Amino acid sequence: MVNGDAGRHRRLNWHRIQQRVERIGFYLLVLLVALPAAFVFFWMLSLSVKTQVESTAYPPIFIPRAPTLRAYAEVFAKNPFYKYTVNSLVVGLGSTILALAVGLPAAYSIARWKQQRLALGILVARMTPGLSYLVPWFIMFKRIGLTDNYLSLILTHLIISLPLVIWVMIGFFEDLPSELEDAARVDGCTTFGFFRRIALPLTQPGIVATAILSFIFSWNNFFVSVIIAGPNTRTLPVAVFNMMTYEEINWGPLAAAATMVTLPVLIMTLFMQRQIVSGLTFGAVKG
Amino acid sequence: MSDKTSLLLPEPRPAFTERYSNWIDRRAALVFPAPALLVVFGIIIFPILYTLWMALQDWGLAYPTPPKFIGLDNYIKLLTDDERFRGAAIRTFYFTGLAVALQTVLGVGMALIFHRQFLGRGLLRTLCVLPMMATPVAIALVFNMMYHPKLGVMNYFLSLLGLKPALWTFDSKSVIPSLVLVDTWQWTPLIMLITLAGLAALPAEQYEAARIDGANRLQTFFYITLPLLRPTIMVAVLFRVIDALKQFDIIYVMTQGGPGNASETINLYLYQQGFSYFQMGYASSLVVVFFTLVVGVSFLFIRMRRAAW
Repeated sequence: MVNGDAGRHRRLNWHRIQQRVERIGFYLLVLLVALPAAFVFFWMLSLSVKTQVESTAYPPIFIPRAPTLRAYAEVFAKNPFYKYTVNSLVVGLGSTILALAVGLPAAYSIARWKQQRLALGILVARMTPGLSYLVPWFIMFKRIGLTDNYLSLILTHLIISLPLVIWVMIGFFEDLPSELEDAARVDGCTTFGFFRRIALPLTQPGIVATAILSFIFSWNNFFVSVIIAGPNTRTLPVAVFNMMTYEEINWGPLAAAATMVTLPVLIMTLFMQRQIVSGLTFGAVKG
Repeated sequence: MSDKTSLLLPEPRPAFTERYSNWIDRRAALVFPAPALLVVFGIIIFPILYTLWMALQDWGLAYPTPPKFIGLDNYIKLLTDDERFRGAAIRTFYFTGLAVALQTVLGVGMALIFHRQFLGRGLLRTLCVLPMMATPVAIALVFNMMYHPKLGVMNYFLSLLGLKPALWTFDSKSVIPSLVLVDTWQWTPLIMLITLAGLAALPAEQYEAARIDGANRLQTFFYITLPLLRPTIMVAVLFRVIDALKQFDIIYVMTQGGPGNASETINLYLYQQGFSYFQMGYASSLVVVFFTLVVGVSFLFIRMRRAAW
C-alpha cells in the first residue's frame, strides 16, 4: 500500500518535471519567434544613437556607451526633413480622406445589393501591380504639366488606398443585419439616410481600421512617390532613399532617418493594434 | 441638427430635398458606387487602355521622334527575343516561391504557438504586427547595414554560430535568398494573423472526439487542424503570392536589381525600361504581360481554393 503510494508520488513528480521542461521549451520557441522582430527595430534605434566609430565597430557594439542625438541633428541640418514630413502627411491624409469619401458608399453598395461584378473589379484592381499604372500616369502628368504637385500624388496614391478601403469595408457592411434596414425603412428612413445615420456609425470601428491602414500604406509608399513626386513634393521614403545614395557608410544619419520615417507608423500600430489586425485579416477569414 | 433646420425652413425646401433623396433612393444601387467607379475609371481603367495602345508603338520619351505604330512587335520582341526579360521572369518566380513557402511554414507554426495562452502573449503578438506596418524603405536600409559584408551584424551572428561570413546581397547567388529573408521578416506575421483567426474559428467538437479516440498531438494537427485550416491558409498564401510577385520597394532600395542583373525581377525591369530608358512603348508591353501574369496566377489560386472546398 505504502509502496504504491510512493510510486504514484514519484510518477506525479516526473510528470511535473516533464511539464516544466515542456513549458521552458515553449517559451524558448516564443523567444526565437519574437527575437528577430524586436532585433531589427532595436538595431535601427541603436545605430541611430551611436557615434560613427561605434556604429562601424567590429565586433558590433550592441548597447551604445555614449548615446548621442547628433545623427538626428545632422539629418535635419542637411535635408529639409520637416518639409518632407509635411508632404507625407498631406499626401497620406488627402488620399485617405478621398478614398473614404468615394470608397465607403461603393463598399456599402457592393455589400447591400450584392454587386459581385463590381467586387471582382475591385479585387483585380487590388491585385494589379501598382507600377503598371504609373507608365501612363507619368506620361499624362508630363503632358498636362501636373508634375511635382500634391494633386497628382494624392490621386496616384488612390491606386493603393481605394481598393483597400472598398475591399475591407465590404466585409464590415455585409455584417450589418438586413432586418436593421427593414426596420429603418418602416420608420421612413431613406437609403441614403440609413447609410449616413445607421450604417456608417455602426461600422465605425471598421472605418477607423481602414482609415489607419490606408494612411499607413500611403505613408510607407515608395514606388509611386519616387516616380511622381518632384523636389517640392518629395515624401519621406523617397527622401530617405535619396540620402542612402550619398551617405554611403555614414550609418548614424541613415539609421536616424529610417527611424524618423517608421517611428510614427510603429507608434500608431501600437495604439491601434486591434483595429489594424482586424482590418488586415477581416476579408481573409470571411472570404 | 437636421430635424431642427427642417422645422425652421419654409415649405418648398423639404419638398425639394425629398424629391432629391427620392431620386437617389430609386437609383441607390447606381448612385452609391458612381463616384468610386468614376475614380476607378480615371486612375485604373483609362491608364490600362492607354497602356494597351502605347504597347503597340515604338516610343522613346527621350527622343524627339513621335510614337510610331509597330503593331505587335513589342510583344514579339519581349516574348521571343529578350534574354533579360526571361531572366527577370525566372527570378520573379524564384523569389515568390521561396518567400511564400518559407512564410507559410513559419507563419502557420507561429500561429500554432500564439494560439496557446501564455504570459506576455498579447505583447508579443503586437511585436509581431510591427514589421508589417514598418516603412519598407526604412527596413531595407537597416537590412542593408546589417548585411554589410565587413561591418554588418549578420556576419557577426554567423561567426558566433561558427559559420563562414556570407556576402548576402553582394553575391549573385545569395542575393535573392537574402532579399527573401527581408520579405519574410516583414510579412510572415500576415500569414500568422490570418491563420490565427482561422484557428479561433475552428469547432471544438472534433478535438473533443479526437481526444476521446486517443489521437496524439501530431495526429490531431495533421488530421484535424490542417485540413480544417486549409481554406484559410490558402487565402493567406494568395495574398502573399500577389504581393511577393509585385515586390518592388525592398529589392529596389537594397540592390536596384544588382549585382549585375542578379536580383532584377519583372517589376524592376519594367521600372528600368520605363523610367531609366524611357522606352514607353516597350515598357507598356511589359506592363501588359506582367499584369496578365499576376492576375492569371491570382485566379488560378482562387480556382484552386474553390476546388479545395
